[in-house]
Amino acid sequence: MIPHVLNFILFLPLIGAAAVLLARRSDNAVRWTGLLFSLITFVISLLLYFEYDPANPAMQFVEKVSWIPSLNVSYHIGLDGISMLLVVLTTFLTPIVLISSWKSVQKQTAAYVALMLVLETAMIGVFSSLDTFLFYVFWELILIPMYFIIGIWGGKERIYATVKFFIFTMVGSLLMLIAIIWLGYYASTLPGGVFTTDITQLFDIAPTIPLNIQAWMFGAFALSFLIKVPAFPLHTWLPDAHVQAPTGGSVILAGVLLKMGTYGLIRFNLQLFPQSTLEFASLLSVLGVIGIIYGALVSMVQKDVKKLVAYSSVSHMGFILLGIFGVTVQGLQGGLIQMLNHGLSTGALFLIVGMIYDRRHTRMIEEFGGLARQIPVFSTFFLIVTLSSIGLPGLNGFIGEFLVLIGSFQSQVLGSIWYVVFASTGVVFAAVYMLWMFQRVVFGESRSPENAKLVDLSAREIGLLLPIVLFIVWIGVYPSTFLSKSESSVQRVVEKIEQVQRGEIFTTSVSPSK
Amino acid sequence: MYQYVGLIVLFPLIGLFINGFFGRKIKNETLVGMIGSAAVGLSFLVAAGIFVEMLGMPEDGRSHVVTLFTWIAAGSFKVSAAYQIDQLSILMTLVVTGVGFLIHVYSIGYMHGDRGFWRFFTYLNLFIFAMLNLVLADNYLLMFLGWEGVGLCSYLLIGFWYDKKFPGTGITWTGDAANKAFWVNRIGDFAFMIGMFLIFREFGSLTFREVMGGAETLAVGNNTMFWITLLLFIGATGKSAQIPLFIWLPDAMAGPTPVSALIHAATMVTAGVYMVARNSALYALAPTTMMIVAIVGALTAIMAASIGIAQNDIKKVLAYSTVSQLGYMFLALGVGAFTAGIFHVMTHAFFKACLFLGSGSVIHAMHEEQDIRHMGGLKKVMPKTYWTFLISSFAIAGFPPLSGFFSKDEILWKAFSDGSLVLWIIGASAALMTAFYMFRMVTLTFEGEPRWAKDKHPHESPATMTIPLIVLAGLAILGGFVGIPAVLGGGNAIEHWLHPVFAQAHHTMALSEHSSHTTEYLMMGISVVIAVTGFWFGRRMFLADPEADKRIAAKTGFLYRLLSNKYYVDEIYNGSVVRPLVRTSESFLYRVFDVRIIDGAVNGLAKTTGWVSAMMRYVQTGVVQNYAALVVLGLVVVLGLLIFS
Repeated sequence: MIPHVLNFILFLPLIGAAAVLLARRSDNAVRWTGLLFSLITFVISLLLYFEYDPANPAMQFVEKVSWIPSLNVSYHIGLDGISMLLVVLTTFLTPIVLISSWKSVQKQTAAYVALMLVLETAMIGVFSSLDTFLFYVFWELILIPMYFIIGIWGGKERIYATVKFFIFTMVGSLLMLIAIIWLGYYASTLPGGVFTTDITQLFDIAPTIPLNIQAWMFGAFALSFLIKVPAFPLHTWLPDAHVQAPTGGSVILAGVLLKMGTYGLIRFNLQLFPQSTLEFASLLSVLGVIGIIYGALVSMVQKDVKKLVAYSSVSHMGFILLGIFGVTVQGLQGGLIQMLNHGLSTGALFLIVGMIYDRRHTRMIEEFGGLARQIPVFSTFFLIVTLSSIGLPGLNGFIGEFLVLIGSFQSQVLGSIWYVVFASTGVVFAAVYMLWMFQRVVFGESRSPENAKLVDLSAREIGLLLPIVLFIVWIGVYPSTFLSKSESSVQRVVEKIEQVQRGEIFTTSVSPSK
Repeated sequence: MYQYVGLIVLFPLIGLFINGFFGRKIKNETLVGMIGSAAVGLSFLVAAGIFVEMLGMPEDGRSHVVTLFTWIAAGSFKVSAAYQIDQLSILMTLVVTGVGFLIHVYSIGYMHGDRGFWRFFTYLNLFIFAMLNLVLADNYLLMFLGWEGVGLCSYLLIGFWYDKKFPGTGITWTGDAANKAFWVNRIGDFAFMIGMFLIFREFGSLTFREVMGGAETLAVGNNTMFWITLLLFIGATGKSAQIPLFIWLPDAMAGPTPVSALIHAATMVTAGVYMVARNSALYALAPTTMMIVAIVGALTAIMAASIGIAQNDIKKVLAYSTVSQLGYMFLALGVGAFTAGIFHVMTHAFFKACLFLGSGSVIHAMHEEQDIRHMGGLKKVMPKTYWTFLISSFAIAGFPPLSGFFSKDEILWKAFSDGSLVLWIIGASAALMTAFYMFRMVTLTFEGEPRWAKDKHPHESPATMTIPLIVLAGLAILGGFVGIPAVLGGGNAIEHWLHPVFAQAHHTMALSEHSSHTTEYLMMGISVVIAVTGFWFGRRMFLADPEADKRIAAKTGFLYRLLSNKYYVDEIYNGSVVRPLVRTSESFLYRVFDVRIIDGAVNGLAKTTGWVSAMMRYVQTGVVQNYAALVVLGLVVVLGLLIFS
């Protein structure tokens, strides 16, 4: 095992970004440098998977260096089974994104590649931070590259979209910052306590916060994360951001950034505020269920394929919310697998939409038709990814959805089967909006003479989709590869909340005062 | 041999991979077809080997589970990829692979020259793979994988000719028919899933053995069992095309005819029957659900049969006849005659596959003509097709001693003895209609004078197509002999064979033999009279006047229109569910709620902020005198407040 392996993974992309800027003489040098760094990062990150010990309940690959001693802030990173898988998802998708932009990004290539690599560091940072302050820094750092990626390489209305994206996220994260500061302050009010931002310490401290204050803390974190997910009704930035973002931006946005929201809900809301989790679980599950149905219905009537996929994200992410707030091992495991699934399937869908857009410069459903005959390889990949997205058993989507549903069905926290009954209708609607779109785009006859000029996928494009399809099948057939790594971490989250339910963890009844 | 059960599933998977990845490169059609057929043929041989071994074992020792690997595990939830071989699953496996093999062989001839030849065989192998998982699974979830898997294959094969038009209600392309099939099935699957969730909550497991074991201690009339069985049955109404979810099956005829034979007649659509039979022990605990199953089955049988009378597309007639026959099977299950239901699954697979393949042979010969009004006199040009079609028609109409007689009569008898007179009357009326529309079709297609255009030159089909027809017709004749009832001196071998599978259910229901042999003879006699009557009318009427329909239509007016328009069910569903849903989503959820309300609020907030800021800007003029004036003004106000308060 490489010592300090997580440090390497975290900063390699950043170093790569610097290297890219040095290599900017030729676009190809830039692309290859970026790809090389992201590939090395991915290969090293595989070590995380193999070295991670599910039997060890503590955080692993931990690094801790004091950063701002006066505030007790430290550079503290580490992974459990949940965050490890998300880090690997990130490092897996980044090279794919870079290759996907090989041809389509022609202006300011160096800046694009460098921003993507900065983004990768920030995303890995979010998943591996064990310090609230550090977490916040990475969380906000995401905004900068993403702002430019949409704003520079985006579509016609990119400025509106990127500002909307920025403001939505900022509103949430400001409240989160206040909550982070308040948490540190609360720790200092305890007997012998000091101001702290250490998450592992806060795991023990935060659950004792008086209920009424905990609710505010919970709300501040939840709002920030729900915007990111995005949960109904905070989702309207997403379709705009997706439609305007370049393909690579969309893939990262859907593939990884949305997961930061659901990851945050598990890491902070569930683990820091178990009492409030119990209190708000129903509300958030309702939002999840509404998101599932609403996202699907709105998706159904879209005329732009990319917008359709964007709204489908709202639906898919709703399943994850439901899984998280059912607070069962199955539900959370399903939610986690669904995070990976959504990263793979929706990521692949955006790639596919990008490929057709590169060729036709339109994404309107009515412009296509009959692609199956014209570009069969493309259509085959499209079909497999579509089937994964609608949760066909044997492919990945089913595993996540099924575990979420069967978990939340038994949930003691929710205490009612109706959440799942309504959520399950999403399974029907998903088939409706995806297959209807697929029928109009791929089957039937071509509705535009332009389609006759379409050429099938290049080797590069097949190479992009093939690894994703491999994992789509893998997770569908043998999900244990992933489930077994995160099971113990998920169990710990659930156990803590069960302890609260059994009355084994007490909140202090009085407000803290100095 | 049990340990080789994995091979049964593996062979089609191999076939599918070979043809899927390399089929396009293999230029030789026959080779592609042979790979596909061999994959299924080998599965059949392994299954037959296991079957022979089972015959030599004691009755109680025949059931085995072979576990391959853990599929999904999370917390207390664990499901394996495991196969259960018992009397029921091996029977289904033999039917699926046996009939499947014949249809594969037939397809080599039928699909000759099609540009998607290799794709067709890939899908067919995928279908067999999924169907085998469905029948061999030892748990609900793996069964569900097969259940949805066959749905996928059905989708792929209905839309196989994806750029071909296919007219229908709300349907333009074959792909629309494929979507309809998938969506309607998904509605059923939704119920199936909720059923599974309830099962897991109730029994803490999803394997059949543990669930049935847990069910042993439950009392009849248990409320949870009612819901579980009802939800599973709703799943079955989707897959097996029963009221209210039958609407997809007739449109499934958009696919190539061998698909209709294999998937939409012989095997996949019987999955619901198999699933209910597999859960017989649970259904026995829920008499209310059983009643619902019987009523839905009987009503579907008669409704579809009545529609069949007024259809002119040879495949549509057969499609509605399938819906109707599936209704019989559910009628059997509903009155607790699980064996009779499975028996009819088997015989129906033989004669319906033969009929569909025969219709394919006719369509082939008539250059894609499917309207029986434009046929006639084909018996001279295609005698093999004619004779096999005729034999199977006698079988489905219930002529003794063909297979359909024994299985259908068994169902009607049980409907009467363990159900009620009303159920019997409905079933018997449907039987009369069946005999009528079948011989209407036979007569219009094969008898009388040719009514086709001069430029058509019908011919008999090649041997790859006629040999499967002959084999299936042979099975349609002989297939019933495994179930000759005791009253006719037969051993009812299938009843004995399946007895251990349904023992628990029979024990719970405690059915008793309560009718005399005389009644059974009498009912049997009536069945024969019904079949002959239907045959006689169907044949005479249309032999005398091929356009007899017009007279009937003129006489019965609205009733006939109702039948020929399939009771307007599609139109009703479209108007009451589909269109309102799309319209609400488009014009309210998206246009109003998402764009106006949510985004309006967000943008409104942004605009307000902008406006407030713009107003505030006037304060910041940058002119020092203004600031000085404001400072003085402020001072005056503050001092004033201090002095006067």
